[in-house]
Amino acid sequence: MTATAIPTSATGVDVQVRPETARGAARGHNRAGWLFATPFLVLYVAFLIGPVLIGLVISLFNTTTVKSGVGSWVGLSNYAEVLSQKDFWASMWHSVLFTLLTTPLLVLLPLLFAILASRMARKQWFFRLAFFAPYVVPSSAVCLIFAFMYTPETGLITNAFSWVGLTAPDFFGSTSGAWFAVVLLTLWWTFGFNFILYTAAIQEMSEEIYEAAAIDGAGPWQQIRMITIPLLRPTMGLVLMLQVLASLKVFDQIYILLAGGPAYSTRPVIQYIYDTGFTAYRGGYAAAATMVYFVILVVISAVWFLARRRNNPAKV
Amino acid sequence: MSGLSRRQFLAAGGGAALAAAMAGCGSPVVTSFTGGQPRTADVIYWHLFGGGDGKNMTKMVKKYEQTSGRSVEATLLSWGNPYYTKLSLSASSGRPPDVAISHLSRLPLLAQAGLLDPVADQFSAQGITPDKFTPAAWEKATVDGTPYAVPLDTHPFVLFYNTALAEKAGLLDATGENLKPMNNSDDFVAALQALKDANGSKYAAVASITADPSTCWRFFMMIYSGLAGPIVSQGGTEVTIDRSAMEHTFAFMQSLTQEKGLMPSNATSTTTTTLFSQGGVGFLFDGEWQIPTYRDVKSLDFNVVPFPALLGPKPVAYADSHSLVIPRSSRRSAERTDDAVRFIKGLLDESSIWADGGHVPAWLPVQQSQEFVNLKPQSNYTQAAFNAVYDPPGWYTGAGSDFQTAMGSVIASVLTGGTDPASGVDAMTASLQTFSTARPPV
Repeated sequence: MTATAIPTSATGVDVQVRPETARGAARGHNRAGWLFATPFLVLYVAFLIGPVLIGLVISLFNTTTVKSGVGSWVGLSNYAEVLSQKDFWASMWHSVLFTLLTTPLLVLLPLLFAILASRMARKQWFFRLAFFAPYVVPSSAVCLIFAFMYTPETGLITNAFSWVGLTAPDFFGSTSGAWFAVVLLTLWWTFGFNFILYTAAIQEMSEEIYEAAAIDGAGPWQQIRMITIPLLRPTMGLVLMLQVLASLKVFDQIYILLAGGPAYSTRPVIQYIYDTGFTAYRGGYAAAATMVYFVILVVISAVWFLARRRNNPAKV
Repeated sequence: MSGLSRRQFLAAGGGAALAAAMAGCGSPVVTSFTGGQPRTADVIYWHLFGGGDGKNMTKMVKKYEQTSGRSVEATLLSWGNPYYTKLSLSASSGRPPDVAISHLSRLPLLAQAGLLDPVADQFSAQGITPDKFTPAAWEKATVDGTPYAVPLDTHPFVLFYNTALAEKAGLLDATGENLKPMNNSDDFVAALQALKDANGSKYAAVASITADPSTCWRFFMMIYSGLAGPIVSQGGTEVTIDRSAMEHTFAFMQSLTQEKGLMPSNATSTTTTTLFSQGGVGFLFDGEWQIPTYRDVKSLDFNVVPFPALLGPKPVAYADSHSLVIPRSSRRSAERTDDAVRFIKGLLDESSIWADGGHVPAWLPVQQSQEFVNLKPQSNYTQAAFNAVYDPPGWYTGAGSDFQTAMGSVIASVLTGGTDPASGVDAMTASLQTFSTARPPV
């Protein structure tokens, strides 16, 4: 049915390519490449490059979200205010603290469980499903369920503490309890993504290596220690980097579960930007805070990149 | 089949879909592209009431729909900052609801940003005039000389007391129902001491302090406002703290929780409810909207009255008001505006239903009606609506704001004894510096 349609649509490219030189062919390919990339580029410019440029511009103005237009020119004073604002740095620290609390757990525990699951002789699909399933639940649903379980007096997790003779922390009222609550939730919720990355890497490994090791007399523990873990090292590097960046971007679970409380002691930097930009209507100031945060992320990524290049010059 | 190319097929399909979408010009799909307002009802109404207030509001809307024959689409949004964020963004982007609820304490910013239509001629045509409202509420609804909101109620911070315990402590007058008059903080402290002694209880009174900065703020504002004026002025850009008044207030509050041991310093809202409903304390300091919480507690007989004058010469009530506003929209037709005004009038007339939630109606025809005068304990504290002190006007103040959280955190640390009164004043001044020096959005 489409036999008539295809040649007409491709003529523009095909006909010109044949008689031309190699250079011309390359140019033709180039044009087709750009053409195919257009839908992506349009979206990328409209929703990423554009907003970043607008953000850069309004960070120099007293732009507000309750009036149209960019407002009055204020130069770099928004940046000066961000850099001297204690609340900004406190929220920045909360994002870093969240990263420090979650990253080790979310890099090492999925590794452990991926290896264990891969050694199950039967029903591996069940374990993979069980570990991955929470990841597809939306953040609002996860937070609602956990809020039930963290409820003082009646919640499941609160009661679980008393079963083993402990007193549950105040999950919503105390800072340490709140961090515990949000880290446990995040661990359960996002565990599956890293688990799948590790599982995929384990499946890539050749059976023959294990066979050879077994013939040489290596037991299961030796196989894990001498073969699986060394071969997983590149994946661990990838997981670590993705996890650090994901944790630094934390917002959903802290905002929905705790609203940054108690008394803003868990408010991450993204919520600070949201609060000042939308709740306090100070769009220009929030844009400046976003730019500062952006620069910090770029610096972290650059340090990471350089560190990796030094350790592994061949593989950049 | 072969005559139809894929392109033609897609074009035909797309055209059909577009035609279907365009068919209803007022459908939400189309208006989301054209920027118009979906015509799903005669009045689109946003509010932030859950729980008992939400039920009463639904009842009022239903009743209005039945009597007027107009349709109303009421949307409940989550309370506090998220609500005001949505309301202001919808108005600044030109697609607001026809009628919305706003706390009067949140009004200054909305009005100064030009997001609201003033209360003008169409309102007076419906009989909505300033003389028919509690004066304090109407005054607060007026920003820079122009009224921008129609007050629905006043909800003050009040004194709850357990009738049985108060009687045992000899605090009741001849009626056996009302408290004997108290004229100053000495009378008040003596009453608390009598409650504690007569009942042999650990505490005489309770207020929610831990993780409840708003309650701390209300408690503080009530006492401080008896002595001095607003803590910020000039739209929030100038700090005008009366240092000695604030130190005096802090010292009095701290004496209740610390030296005199009359109140717990670490009660959460849960422990507060438990203590008062089980008779562990005789007095509760809270907003009147808590009345429904205690109304259904068996074996608890309680009454609610305004606070007496404490440190100042006259009684002062810290309060806020829910009000009805018409967000500005260039696309709203005159007919829709008329519908909005009639709906507001309808809600005012139904506000005796609203009073069930504990609130004092601001609409005098209802407030002075026999029905409300007979409604107890609500009508006990009608006077509090007239003595009301609101949040100081500013772009960052108001119900559920970051400002209340910041102020309340300082007050809580004074109440728990972590900060002495003088350092409390310093901490509050420092915290206010951050707000008052930030560049205002309007």
